[in-house]
Amino acid sequence: MAQPNEKPSGETSLPLAIDLSNINKRFGDVHANKDVSLQVVSGHIHGIIGENGAGKSTLVSILYGFYTADSGSIKINGVATPIVNSADAIARGIGMVHQHFMLVPNFTVLENVMLGHEGGLRIDVAAQNARQTLEKLSADFGLDVDLDMIIEDLPVGLQQRVEILKALFRGAEILILDEPTGVLTPQETERLFDVLRALREQGVTVLLITHKLKEIMAITDDVSVMRAGQMVAHRKTFETSPPELAELMVGRKVVLKVDHSPASPGGDVLVVADLCLNSPGSAGALKDISFTLRAGEIVGIAGVSGNGQSELLDVLSGITPPSRGGFYIDGRYISRKTPANPAILRDLGVAHVPEDRHKRGIVLPFSAAESIILGYSAASDEGEGWWLSPETLDTHCRRLMQDFDIRPPNPKLVSGNFSGGNQQKIVLAREISAQPRLLLVGQPTRGVDIGAIEFIHKQLIALRYAGCAILVVSVELDEIMSLSDRILVMNNGQLVGGLTRDEADERRLGLMMAGIGADDHSIWASR
Amino acid sequence: MVDLWLQFLLTLDATCRVATPLILCAMAGIFSEKSGVIDISLEGKMLMSAFAAATVASLTSSALAGLIVAIGISVLLGLLHGLASVTLRGNQVISGLAINILASGLTVTVGIAIFQQGGQTPTLERDERFRPVELPLAEQIGNFPVVGTIYKEVISGHNILVWTAFATVIVTAIVLTKTRFGLRLRAVGEKPEALDSAGVSVAKTRYFALIIAGVLCGIAGAYLSTAHGSGFVREMTAGKGYIALAAMIFGKWQPRGALLACLLFGFLEAVASRLQGVQLPLIGAAPVDLILALPYLLTVILLAGFVGKAMPPRAIGEPYIKER
Repeated sequence: MAQPNEKPSGETSLPLAIDLSNINKRFGDVHANKDVSLQVVSGHIHGIIGENGAGKSTLVSILYGFYTADSGSIKINGVATPIVNSADAIARGIGMVHQHFMLVPNFTVLENVMLGHEGGLRIDVAAQNARQTLEKLSADFGLDVDLDMIIEDLPVGLQQRVEILKALFRGAEILILDEPTGVLTPQETERLFDVLRALREQGVTVLLITHKLKEIMAITDDVSVMRAGQMVAHRKTFETSPPELAELMVGRKVVLKVDHSPASPGGDVLVVADLCLNSPGSAGALKDISFTLRAGEIVGIAGVSGNGQSELLDVLSGITPPSRGGFYIDGRYISRKTPANPAILRDLGVAHVPEDRHKRGIVLPFSAAESIILGYSAASDEGEGWWLSPETLDTHCRRLMQDFDIRPPNPKLVSGNFSGGNQQKIVLAREISAQPRLLLVGQPTRGVDIGAIEFIHKQLIALRYAGCAILVVSVELDEIMSLSDRILVMNNGQLVGGLTRDEADERRLGLMMAGIGADDHSIWASR
Repeated sequence: MVDLWLQFLLTLDATCRVATPLILCAMAGIFSEKSGVIDISLEGKMLMSAFAAATVASLTSSALAGLIVAIGISVLLGLLHGLASVTLRGNQVISGLAINILASGLTVTVGIAIFQQGGQTPTLERDERFRPVELPLAEQIGNFPVVGTIYKEVISGHNILVWTAFATVIVTAIVLTKTRFGLRLRAVGEKPEALDSAGVSVAKTRYFALIIAGVLCGIAGAYLSTAHGSGFVREMTAGKGYIALAAMIFGKWQPRGALLACLLFGFLEAVASRLQGVQLPLIGAAPVDLILALPYLLTVILLAGFVGKAMPPRAIGEPYIKER
């Protein structure tokens, strides 16, 4: 096991593009970066891996001048450089592709690229010059994109290209990418990696921030691991392995595979029949969704986020009524004319772990004991009649905390003070302990550390063995593939196909997620 | 027929005069709101500068001095709005409302202290006002049918601030679409973090927009008290700032749309005042109140989404906070 904040060994002969030493940053009580040091060799693709909240994003935000470090020093290409704002970083040749794109949605590609770097008071003149430069950059790096398209009309993969072009246009020699693949299909990810390799060939230094081991192994030359605000290890990628990195990230051994034997499904629990949802604007509409989910079976819904998965969960959990069609829960029909709210559905045995736990899963300022009975407070053992009994709440919460390994096991602690993984366990404990017939789970492990992922997956499989029907919606393909007995793919509000567990592989799913086959006019289809 | 044509032209002429402060304020609103700052303080800035213009003009006998001080005061109020809502990240509506209340009270209080005329300024003399200017050849070609009469009755014979207002629209449109500042202004109201990550200061861009808005409101105020009117009367803006705001929304935050909306609102007001007490065939007394209410009704209908979609800048009303 490496010591925290170990220094990289050797390599002193190679020129360093980035040299950070002893960076510290606090946000109130949170020590987001503790004495972090990092050396990135010029012209390499360097990965930083770590769990959510390990401090990766904070570190690169400091490097890009979004935040200023409390202490520590930054050297770029061997020169000590104070970076107090993004203009400084840009001037030093640092470009960044943020996790959430920094693009003005109703501007054209060209306007976005020029913004802040117009090179003159008049933009029509600047636009002509920029167009020439960009056409050359596009050709050099394989970054094709129509400069006159409006950003919001572009798929995310292309929006990301615009971000990369933007950085290169500003003369970036060091490119930082913060979780760039979260919103991409596997094919788009491959294309991004091709671009990164082309950048490396041209001598650009790439700093890739991710929590996905596979990506580190696929593309990087060197990797640094962060855990709990500290830099815990530096490795050459070819000398390390996914299990070693996982162990370094979590601080203990992790089992990456879940045990999953074939399902033996029972009767139909959820039957969705021609379900439609209209919504203002085309995004977020559902079109003629039909599928069946049986007891003792896990069905996964794959898709790039924003293709109707969230809306489907909203309808099935009773938050939004369907516009047309409907669904049967154990034979009871729910439609526009016979609607049901979440409470009625809960009585029918439908439990829901929402995608956004902060908005819908728990109440952040509530104590754990209160959050863990939300929606179930009328159940008899939580109190007597109108009154909540603090003692019963406390015992109930303690029991669930033990069963679900929620840490710290303190029912009085405010929900917002638990880590992401433990907050998710609070929601899961609440919904699973209600012994549902049907469990709807949105993004079961979003923002959850690897250790907790393992636990949550085991719980879901155990629930399947107990005969519950489970619908999992996730943007993490690996998660969908490791949990599901059957996989359905959504694109643009429609189910575009289904695969069994054995048929599914990343390539096939990726093509379906991109809507290829279902929609021949797709922007990718011609490539 | 000729008489009806002349009546129509005179109404258009009045429309220009009534619409001038609306146009100036609507352009001011476009600058503030495109930058992401809600600007209901158009009213207060205009009122305060109307007072300042009349006071200074009266004391110095110079309309120009009045205009300059009016602009200065209005810019100061804009900076105050910026301090509260950009730097201190306060609620933009409340900050704007505070400026309106401040203007409403301060003009009267200071007015009484200086002139002892119940909050009014003394009636301004010739040199203390912006006078109408006849354009060359207006008399000579004024009798030519159509073109000549339009030139004489509608285009010629205004004071310089009216033409300034119309010129402002063209300048605003050019600044927004053709200049670097315009690009940044539109960006900062839609997605401030994009501008920030491009290395441009969000706060500076917003302050600059508020200063321009201040200048335009200052001109509007000076117009009311030293060009259109001849002195300051308490509450003389009478909601024109809000109407301008409505016109700006009606025009979908675009200079041309806002101009047309201001002209429409101005035209309705001009028609209403021409029809005051006139008996119309079939209807009887002209429904002046209804005509005056139309701008508000139209705005509500627009906002309810019946006449196309009004898309405000996406980041409007949100203070920009970078650090978590």
